[in-house]
Amino acid sequence: MSVAVAEGVFVERADGARLIAGRRKADGEMRFPMPRGPDAALYDPVELAPEGKLWSYTVQRFRPKTPPYIGADDEKTFKPFAVGYVEFAGQVIVEGRILVEDPSTLKIGLPMKVAIEGFPTSTRGEVATYAFRPA
Amino acid sequence: MTDVHIVGAGIHPFGRTADMSGLDQGVFAVREALADAGVEWSDMQFAFGGSSAAGNADAALPRLGLTGVQFINISNGCATGGSSLLSGYWAIKSGEFDLGVVLGFDKHPRGAFNADPEASGLPLWYGETGMMLTTQFFAMKIRRYMDLYGISETSLGRVAVKAFENASHTPHAWRREPVGLQVVMSSDMVSDPLTKYMFCSPAEGGVALILASDKKMRELGLSGPKVRGAAVRTRPRGSFEVFSPSLDVERGVAPTVLASKAAYEMAGVGPDDISVAQIQDTESGAEIMHMAENGFCADGEQERMLAEGVTNLDGRLPINTDGGCLACGEPVGASGLRQVYENVQQLRGRAEGRQVADAKLGYSQVYGAPGLSAVAILEA
Repeated sequence: MSVAVAEGVFVERADGARLIAGRRKADGEMRFPMPRGPDAALYDPVELAPEGKLWSYTVQRFRPKTPPYIGADDEKTFKPFAVGYVEFAGQVIVEGRILVEDPSTLKIGLPMKVAIEGFPTSTRGEVATYAFRPA
Repeated sequence: MTDVHIVGAGIHPFGRTADMSGLDQGVFAVREALADAGVEWSDMQFAFGGSSAAGNADAALPRLGLTGVQFINISNGCATGGSSLLSGYWAIKSGEFDLGVVLGFDKHPRGAFNADPEASGLPLWYGETGMMLTTQFFAMKIRRYMDLYGISETSLGRVAVKAFENASHTPHAWRREPVGLQVVMSSDMVSDPLTKYMFCSPAEGGVALILASDKKMRELGLSGPKVRGAAVRTRPRGSFEVFSPSLDVERGVAPTVLASKAAYEMAGVGPDDISVAQIQDTESGAEIMHMAENGFCADGEQERMLAEGVTNLDGRLPINTDGGCLACGEPVGASGLRQVYENVQQLRGRAEGRQVADAKLGYSQVYGAPGLSAVAILEA
């Protein structure tokens, strides 16, 4: 099992992965990821629903600059990937990579579920990060 | 009550100039502006200026003259130029000063803007896994807008075609070759639905404007457009800003909407009174969304307006008459002032080849990360 891309971003449950957001104690404002450091004390961790609806999306067609991108690809081997926002009803809208064979099948409003992606990096081996997949 | 006028304007052509640094281009623009107004550097009582990647703007002082003048460096992302103008405006409006300069310049390396997650208070993995790109943000913002309000891909193309057409009449623009709609639409996709020709590129350039109180202007025998309104606003709750790992489910308006309303109120005019507008066109979709955010139309009307050429040079509301960021490129410190420069040229009747007939009121709006908008309204 690869190491998680960072601590406290998602958790794996029996029936799938859940993202961990933060709800601000003072006014209920939701944020993802759950804040760390001094801000953490102001928030309660909240697990988001396993599924949401696609709010918007795009396809990243060129290899992002390094730094900060650490994908284990180069200009020649880079494969375009989809990115989007998923709305978790009544909770928060979260940005994430999208796992989909054919990005032209994506539509706003499409039901999406949270998945774990093994992301190959050039500096840390394969890391486990969260992503979205059509439900 | 003091009024503020722009009595001189200078620009270094935007694009790529191999043998001139960003600072060189800023100094060039200042000298041109001073000459345009017929005043000397030693007459300047204040200076505000900014550069994102070409060093501190006040590094220009040894080149321009070590007079001990007040200089404040401005840093508000892509909205730096508009923020510099607002600062100069307040300096004169307050009654403290009556003559000064605002400047902006930049020289960016090729390719997309680099982003440092930790410098922006974001987790490192956000950038490491390939999500920290301004191109993605713009694409996702326009994708949703298109879906909600019925804007077509063709409209995105039309904005780009207009930009390069206008630039072909603009000496200070960079990409001055007209490009046909087919070419725009079929060029390489950068971040769906935006193709290569629909995105601006980081670039180089410098702009400077000389501001004067109405009293000083008359004393010196000068003239120039009056600043009727100028406002900077930042993001309210629920706005959709660049580099946001999450968004509130309850949506809010963009900072541009707030800055726009404030500027119209200060100026005592409305969108229908505007003769010519320069609005942020980081990519085609931004120009389209900004048309509504600045009050020029209801959401969705842009589709018909672009098809009918309403925002062309000969239309009812010419937008981005010098080709905007799409054709001039985006030197971050300078773009906001380029917009004002172009309006000054239009209002003075000096926009040869692209002159808007009877231009009376010019409107400019520039937006910068992490969610800040600067608007200025000028009167001929």
